Amino acid sequence: MAPVRGDGMRGLAVFISDIRNCKSKESEVKRMNKELANIRSKFKGDKTLDGYQKKKYVCKLLFIFLLGHDIDFGHMEAVNLLSSNKYSEKQIGYLFISVLVNTNSDLIKLIIQSIKNDLQSRNPIHVNLALQCIANIGSQDMAEAFSNEIPKLLVSGDTMDVVKQSAALCLLRLFRTCPEIIPGGEWTSRIIHLLNDHHMGVVTAATSLIDALVKKNPEEYKGCVSLAVSRLSRIFTSSYTDLQDYTYYFVPAPWLSVKLLRLLQNYNPPTEDPGVRGRLNECLETILNKAQEPPKSKKVQHSNAKNAVLFEAINLIIHNDSEANLLVRACNQLGQFLSNRETNLRYLALESMCHLATSEFSHEAVKKHQEVVILSMKMEKDVSVRQQAVDLLYAMCDRSNAEEIVQEMLNYLETADYSIREEMVLKVAILAEKYATDFTWYVDVILNLIRIAGDYVSEEVWYRVIQIVINREEVQGYAAKTVFEALQAPACHENMVKVGGYILGEFGNLIAGDSRSAPMVQFKILHSKYHLCSSMTRALLLSTYIKFINLFPEIRGTIQDVFRQDSNIRSADAELQQRASEYLQLSIVASKDVLATVLEEMPSFPERESSILAVLKKKKPGRVPENEIKEAKSPVPNHNTQNQNNHATNNSNHTSDLLGLSTPPSQQQNSQSTLIDVLGDIYNQSSGVNNAKKFLFKNNGVLFENEMIQIGVKSEFRQNLGRLGLFYGNKTQVPLTNFQPVLQWNTEDSKNLNVQIKAVDSTLDAGAQIQQMLTAECIDSYSDSPSLQLSFRYNGTPQSFTIKLPLTVNKFFEPTEMNSESFFARWKNLGGEKQRAQKVFKAQLPLDLPGAKNKLSGFGVQLLEGIDPNPDNMVCAGIIHTQSHQVGCLLRLEPNKQAQMFRLTVRASKEQVTNEICNLLVDQF
Amino acid sequence: MMQFMLLFSRQGKLRLQKWYVAHQDKVKKKITRELISTILARKPKMCSFLEYKESKIVYKRYASLYFCCAVEQEDNELLTLEIIHRYVELLDKYFGSVCELDIIFNFEKAYFILDELLVGGEIQETSKKNVLKAIAAQDVLQEDETPQGFFEDHGLG
Repeated sequence: MAPVRGDGMRGLAVFISDIRNCKSKESEVKRMNKELANIRSKFKGDKTLDGYQKKKYVCKLLFIFLLGHDIDFGHMEAVNLLSSNKYSEKQIGYLFISVLVNTNSDLIKLIIQSIKNDLQSRNPIHVNLALQCIANIGSQDMAEAFSNEIPKLLVSGDTMDVVKQSAALCLLRLFRTCPEIIPGGEWTSRIIHLLNDHHMGVVTAATSLIDALVKKNPEEYKGCVSLAVSRLSRIFTSSYTDLQDYTYYFVPAPWLSVKLLRLLQNYNPPTEDPGVRGRLNECLETILNKAQEPPKSKKVQHSNAKNAVLFEAINLIIHNDSEANLLVRACNQLGQFLSNRETNLRYLALESMCHLATSEFSHEAVKKHQEVVILSMKMEKDVSVRQQAVDLLYAMCDRSNAEEIVQEMLNYLETADYSIREEMVLKVAILAEKYATDFTWYVDVILNLIRIAGDYVSEEVWYRVIQIVINREEVQGYAAKTVFEALQAPACHENMVKVGGYILGEFGNLIAGDSRSAPMVQFKILHSKYHLCSSMTRALLLSTYIKFINLFPEIRGTIQDVFRQDSNIRSADAELQQRASEYLQLSIVASKDVLATVLEEMPSFPERESSILAVLKKKKPGRVPENEIKEAKSPVPNHNTQNQNNHATNNSNHTSDLLGLSTPPSQQQNSQSTLIDVLGDIYNQSSGVNNAKKFLFKNNGVLFENEMIQIGVKSEFRQNLGRLGLFYGNKTQVPLTNFQPVLQWNTEDSKNLNVQIKAVDSTLDAGAQIQQMLTAECIDSYSDSPSLQLSFRYNGTPQSFTIKLPLTVNKFFEPTEMNSESFFARWKNLGGEKQRAQKVFKAQLPLDLPGAKNKLSGFGVQLLEGIDPNPDNMVCAGIIHTQSHQVGCLLRLEPNKQAQMFRLTVRASKEQVTNEICNLLVDQF
Repeated sequence: MMQFMLLFSRQGKLRLQKWYVAHQDKVKKKITRELISTILARKPKMCSFLEYKESKIVYKRYASLYFCCAVEQEDNELLTLEIIHRYVELLDKYFGSVCELDIIFNFEKAYFILDELLVGGEIQETSKKNVLKAIAAQDVLQEDETPQGFFEDHGLG
């Protein structure tokens, strides 16, 4: 039987009991439908319902909703309840609204008046009900309707404390939807001074609000720092009784302490005032000291609250990253937690240590705990804790311990949870590359990775090992020998076959002297895997075979036979068929010299940053532990010695076609790489001058030209719209027929950049020029730019090539002028992980600062003078207009004349834009 | 800022849901379903924190009920556990040894108490005494009203 309910509504209790007594899902649904029908008829019936009945039925609807069913009526009745003069009815009305009404419902307009009335009530309980409802819905309408009342309630002298608390949080909620609601001006100091309020509840609520305001406008609210520090120091020096109800299991005001410690993390350094700084450090020391004291209670609540404050203090210490003493103490404290019996503490300690490992002050201290962390990785029962241990090992890895950590991670990988394998593979690959002193070790590690966890080894990983082997002569022989041995395994992973095929094709000759790995043996071992492999791998192996013909003329006959096999030369797969027949012809027709030239060893790859890191970042946005020790603030790029692999950047454009295997006709005509990819780019036919890159900085000019055709562009952009005229000029004496430009822009991207192209005549007369118009509308931010695939016949011969259109996202920039104050405020605001990107690159041309400035202006941003104290540094601002929103973007380009390098920093309010702008500009100066 | 709080039973039945960020109903249901099954599958000694999409999940079991909160990356996990505990204490004090049934039959009270503790996903009042005082004040307002229910429910109204 139903327990007695405090306030009547027996009908509700009976209904709930009925539902609970239902034996099956069907009977429950039946009972519920009966009730819904009943309520519906009551609401529609002629008899007017009184408040009590409405309340009861609305409550039943709420219960049905809680069971997980959709409710599509009853909203009007709930709205009526809001204006009831009985509190219990009003309260149920508000509850229904806050649980069931979405932010964009039409109903909101109806309830605003009722809320207004309650806000003006003299009864604080009514006022709070209204405030809680506003905070629950938090829509734009609400913000507009109450932008006057709520700030007043918050700072007015005669508002009661309970109301102030609700008002502060309600305002915070509205501020998140609509930042303009905060009045500013004299209000700033009145809001800040809430930190001095005598009521701890008010201070706690106000701290949450101020934290959000500071994030938006750090300069204006700077005054909060000293007040927050004073408040903290009062909490930690007070005797517990002062705080009465705000002491939680013997811990003084843990919620307020944590909020204040968070608030201070918005500034770096938190303060310049040595007095305030001293007091803050005292507080932090007190917190660390208290952690060493015996617990005042055995209850887990005590230790949780105490440690919550401790962890937040450690976060602040890490954030400040200036007090070596505090950092090392924090690290020791966390070290103790690593063997605590509370799983929660171990988890958090591992997480927090990850951050400590990136500080140069505490990196060494973290390393002392290596053994315990390795044990955690192996022994923890909970995979989420093991994951944290892996992250920490990655973060604490450096040259001194890399071999050991990588080995332990490899060992663990054999039994690791499937959920974390792929990530571990990436981490091992990155560490092995970054800290390899001996590249034979690196090769061993990667081949082990493939052996142990081949399925989880992504393309980037095996591309990278090949790049490195090709670029480093000293490991080539070793690599050939090792892959050859690895291929002996009866079941070896397809990725191993790929790496093996590639490396033996290049360097098989280095081990051919040994009879155990004679040419024929090498070929046989590879070919024994051929039939088990996917067609992509087979294509790669065919290339290996033709390279073998060059390296080992003695096995030419055998290989030609393989090319001639029906399964190759008549393969259903066009790629295999083509390779087999072309390679066969090549081996027959070409002289030895030609063969040697065509099949020459691959040239070195240009040194570039590892793309694996980018993959790792993409996999776990927001929380990739760093493996890089932050150096004490050095404003000038200092990368003469370590310029290659340290910066986590996104280089994806270049990596996808590293081996050029997967996409036969290379889309990227203008890839600036100098390597002639024998294996891949046999399709690349177009030569000619391609100026696509220059259009980053200009809107008009010649985009492409070869001996047949010239393509000119005129374009203009306004807000998020652009018009582009393409002018095709026939340079020949004959008409170009079947003339067909086709836009290449996939459907996914065209949701963000909508491009419409007008048709053109299919014949372009000799010496004539035709124009094609194209319109573009930027809907949302996007990466890359559309291409145009142009095909036509010249004298009956089909011609085809692809050109990038100058429609990169920077075209929608509006240059923005601002003074240094607002620039730095914005710069700081855009400090989030996803909002910044930085790259360091070598100057591509002799350093030319006026030229660089011109380029930046052409790029679409406003050059801001007098912002950076160093006149050589260029600082710019702009807004990218899209249909849905505007993306503010700031950038700084710092030349380093001695090193002939640039450092580019981009900050924008959207991650995709940040990365794209950074990618577009890198290597352009 | 807390994004939502869910209360569900060992059998996976949702008992209370409070959302501080706007989502479509469809999305809410999906998140709820996924979290309930993930959490129920976890063993007792495992840690109380999970990564879920962009947020951190903090959960704890009290008798037959699971309390599960989603907070943002910068929020403090341990203190979120204590928000849950404070809420349980408040329910316990209000109902007198609270059990799952109390929350089922008096779900609206459970909401009212939660609204006094958290507003817009942030803690409003951490003092147990002050929250209970506020709830008691609400109850006084209710008692002032005529006890109409009895008559209505028996068709005498």
